[in-house]
Amino acid sequence: MKTRRFKEKIYKWMFAVSSFSALIFLLGIIIILFKEGLPLFNEVSLYDFITGKNWYPTYDPPEFGILPLITATLLVTLGAMFVCIPLGVGSALYLHELAGEKKRAVIKPLIEILASIPSVVYGFFGMVIAAPFFQTFFKLPTGLCALTASIILGIMAIPTVCSLAEDALSYVPKSYKEASYALGANRWQTMIKVVMPAAGSGISTAIILGMSRIAGETMTVLMVAGGAAIITSSFLVPVRPMTATIAAEMGEAAVGSSHYQALFAIGLVLFLITLIFNLIAEIISRKYRLKLGLSV
Amino acid sequence: MKIKSLSVNIIGLISMLSVISFNLSAKEIVTEGSTTVLPIAQIAAEVFMDKNPGVDISVRGGGSGVGITSFIDGNCDIATASRAMKDTEMQKAVGNGKDPKAFVVAMDGIAVILNPSNSVAGLTKKQLKDIYTGKISDWSKVGAGKGKIVVISRDSASGTFEAFNELALDKQKVRRDALMQASNQAIANIVAKTPQAIGYVGLGYITDSVKAIPINGIIADKKTVLSGKYPLSRPLFMYTNGVPTGLVKDFIDFIMSEDGQKLVEEEGFVGLK
Repeated sequence: MKTRRFKEKIYKWMFAVSSFSALIFLLGIIIILFKEGLPLFNEVSLYDFITGKNWYPTYDPPEFGILPLITATLLVTLGAMFVCIPLGVGSALYLHELAGEKKRAVIKPLIEILASIPSVVYGFFGMVIAAPFFQTFFKLPTGLCALTASIILGIMAIPTVCSLAEDALSYVPKSYKEASYALGANRWQTMIKVVMPAAGSGISTAIILGMSRIAGETMTVLMVAGGAAIITSSFLVPVRPMTATIAAEMGEAAVGSSHYQALFAIGLVLFLITLIFNLIAEIISRKYRLKLGLSV
Repeated sequence: MKIKSLSVNIIGLISMLSVISFNLSAKEIVTEGSTTVLPIAQIAAEVFMDKNPGVDISVRGGGSGVGITSFIDGNCDIATASRAMKDTEMQKAVGNGKDPKAFVVAMDGIAVILNPSNSVAGLTKKQLKDIYTGKISDWSKVGAGKGKIVVISRDSASGTFEAFNELALDKQKVRRDALMQASNQAIANIVAKTPQAIGYVGLGYITDSVKAIPINGIIADKKTVLSGKYPLSRPLFMYTNGVPTGLVKDFIDFIMSEDGQKLVEEEGFVGLK
């Protein structure tokens, strides 16, 4: 009896430790980001860092303005939304509401395979196929631009958005649908007017987590976004998102230099942006579960 | 209990000290400086250490200025630099009792490349600078058909960029809409696929799918880079304190040897032999 309890305790501790290890890694990463990034602000004010329009980190004197990098990340993320919302949510609706068991059994794993393709392969696809195509199609000087990056990133986020949106749809109580049918609504009306609104906040959560994934994606944007640190609202010109900047320059920035610190500070800004996305998603999903009377 | 842990600590301390003293007696060289020379120093150090077990060569980057400062302060044995020492640095070194001796270990040449379909047959250094700094944005200004110039550059942290910026742009800022790429290969790939592109790469990256053009009428090849005639070429230095002796001499000799210069070429630079 005693040994059994002892064993149980050990198992409990083992799992507790493994679950807390995630917390330790998270804390470690946050601490490093702050420790390496914050010293930059002895040299550059936070305001100049965020609103500066020039990113010339290696010149003398250096300029550490990341506004073009932030706008590039936002532009590319926005563009990718136009791809992953209709396709991701659409496929979730189809899978959950319309597809039969057989179709579902084929399509769902296929969408999940999209998630398992390494991002460098997406980048390669963008570089070799998508960019040259857009270059000739729109008669652009170069196909490496925000549009190409947006479309590739949008495709990459489809599995995230689709599977989370499908979860949200599955939380909608069956009685809602039954009630709707009982009132004489057809399938389409029920889907658009009853199921979608009921799952609305869950779907928003899915979209926001998809955004978070897009904003943090690195390899693909490094390969296909072009890499020009300019502020633009056009999708047809090259841009340089934050992640691409860190990836391109970290290898050759001297450790401890202000350039190095600036790259960590960009990481910090990026982390805060995705953190805000995730917090919003969490808040929305909690509210929505309460609304539906589900446990939090 | 306490005594036991104390004795364990003492044993630990002694063994640590012995490791430290062992390291002091081991042969060690520190090289520090230019990120451009870094790959040469790194590969040479690796091969040299393989050939001479027990030798430890630590290779640090940081930039030419950093390396020379460290050399003046006595923190490294060899300073690597992608430029000659400045007079002020030389005076400081002499003031600190150092006697810098320069060795040219390789030549660095940067080729300007265009898409093969581009009709431009050559550029002047001035035109090249104007294109990269933003004064010229259309191919029609340099004698080709109309079309926006797609300017491609290495990201500003790289050694190649540093060299290009010094040699071609006189340290002026690259235009903001230039496509900053993370590798020589990426630049070559994009130029090969983009008719209106201009880029620059190390000599080792010139292939049939891009067109290297002459600058000021001089084409970049081994000969013109070695002689320094090609405008975008420069010597790469290693500085030692006095005429090198012992391990430092062996290491420099190794880099200057045929094997060493082969490594230099493998890293995309122009060897001296």
